[in-house]
Amino acid sequence: MDRVTGPAATAPRAVPPVAHQAPTAPAAASSGVHATARLVARRDGRGGTSLPVLESDGPLALRRTRGDGDEARVVLVGAMSGPLGGDRFAVRANVEEGARLRLTSAAATIALPGQAGGDAHYDVRVRVGDGARLRWLPEPLISARGSDLRVTTRVDVAPTATLVLREEQVLGRVGEEPGRLAGRLVLRVGARLVLDQEVACGPGAPGGWDGPAVLAGHRALGQLLVVRPSFAERPPAARLLGETACMVPLAGPAVLVTALAPDGLRLRRVLDSALAELG
Amino acid sequence: MTRAALLVLADGRFPAGGHAHSGGAEAAVRAGRITGAADLEDFCRGRLHTTGLVAAALAAAAALGVDPVALDEAADARTPSPALRGTARKLGRQLLRAARAAWPDAGLDALARTFPRGAHQPVVLGVTARAAGLDPRDAAYCAAYESVSGPATAVVRLLSLDPFDATGVLARTADEVDLVADRAVRAARAALTGGVDALPAASAPLLEIGAEVHTALPTRLFAS
Repeated sequence: MDRVTGPAATAPRAVPPVAHQAPTAPAAASSGVHATARLVARRDGRGGTSLPVLESDGPLALRRTRGDGDEARVVLVGAMSGPLGGDRFAVRANVEEGARLRLTSAAATIALPGQAGGDAHYDVRVRVGDGARLRWLPEPLISARGSDLRVTTRVDVAPTATLVLREEQVLGRVGEEPGRLAGRLVLRVGARLVLDQEVACGPGAPGGWDGPAVLAGHRALGQLLVVRPSFAERPPAARLLGETACMVPLAGPAVLVTALAPDGLRLRRVLDSALAELG
Repeated sequence: MTRAALLVLADGRFPAGGHAHSGGAEAAVRAGRITGAADLEDFCRGRLHTTGLVAAALAAAAALGVDPVALDEAADARTPSPALRGTARKLGRQLLRAARAAWPDAGLDALARTFPRGAHQPVVLGVTARAAGLDPRDAAYCAAYESVSGPATAVVRLLSLDPFDATGVLARTADEVDLVADRAVRAARAALTGGVDALPAASAPLLEIGAEVHTALPTRLFAS
């Protein structure tokens, strides 16, 4: 599988880096690539969804594909490898009132070590407005040996909106030790904080990360987060999806599937069956 | 107030119901993930740096006077498993009963009124530390130490592990308990001005999943 073997850790970037200095970047930041992709989905008034803002930036390319009914579809295409150490990637998406959007990605994202050194950050912020629906289903994030990446995903969802969001982390390519990876996922529904979860793993992470309380040797970890207004009244009951996966109602109108698996393929199988049921 | 209050609060015999819980160790033993002292040590380290750190930061923040309602919501958001949320509230209720008897205090009374079904245990622990005249660091130490001492004691019963080996695990993780308590207090101070988002959210997937596996069992030695 291409997306598992991926580019070699030392491969040059496929496209020369174009530095897009984010205005908020700290002065002391390293010389990595700074890129922010932006996306706004809006009801077009004819029963569909338009994309008045669709801004690619450097390695983050957004492509509109054929939609389905009232749903606009966007694919995030990595136009070069990375993030590499020192890079600062960001995605900002706003799904406005009543709009429908599905976002996927063309391939896995592979965190690699960089010449610039230091850690890389990938920061995703998403807003889903009243009555809107967002399905955010990117391919996995693979943490290659020697990489050091912090991923933060903050999602604000209106109480009348629907969200389906999948995150998958694969620790190392086939047979490879992982890099260091820290991921934080924060969900607010209206004003209420519903989920704030951070997982840190790989060399340099706090002790016990691969032990019996945390990952116990599993190399793929995933979450499926579903927010739906009807869950406020009738949340699905907690249940097990095998020995290392479960579906639980959160303290709010949301359900979280947490799954561990030996590899990315088996992880996807568990999340796909949960998605078919909840999505 | 007296420093010895810390010993009273941290004592495993303090009647707050903790002895009935294994901190996820029973589920890990049943799944074959803990078979001896080495696994127990790895388990304790993992728990300490995840839910232990979060509990310590919540307790320190409550002891500093951060709003318990905001802290309780932050604790809910950091505890996806409904089984673990239920356990945390039950332990909070039991601790509050013992704390009000030991250190009568208006803050504890207010907490009981605001949360008739119980607040998350670390939040109660922090307010209790404050009532007992202890400082946020003491509250953080209590929570961090409890995150490793609970499983270590439980595994002695679950595996007939030599109690000397279990105590050895606690001694070897002691310097990491120091680090976690330090981090927790720094985060709690940040939360005083920056809100509860400044608190850590470190999670342990297998503790979450294991708690749901455990709660579905017909018979078990420990409640969680």
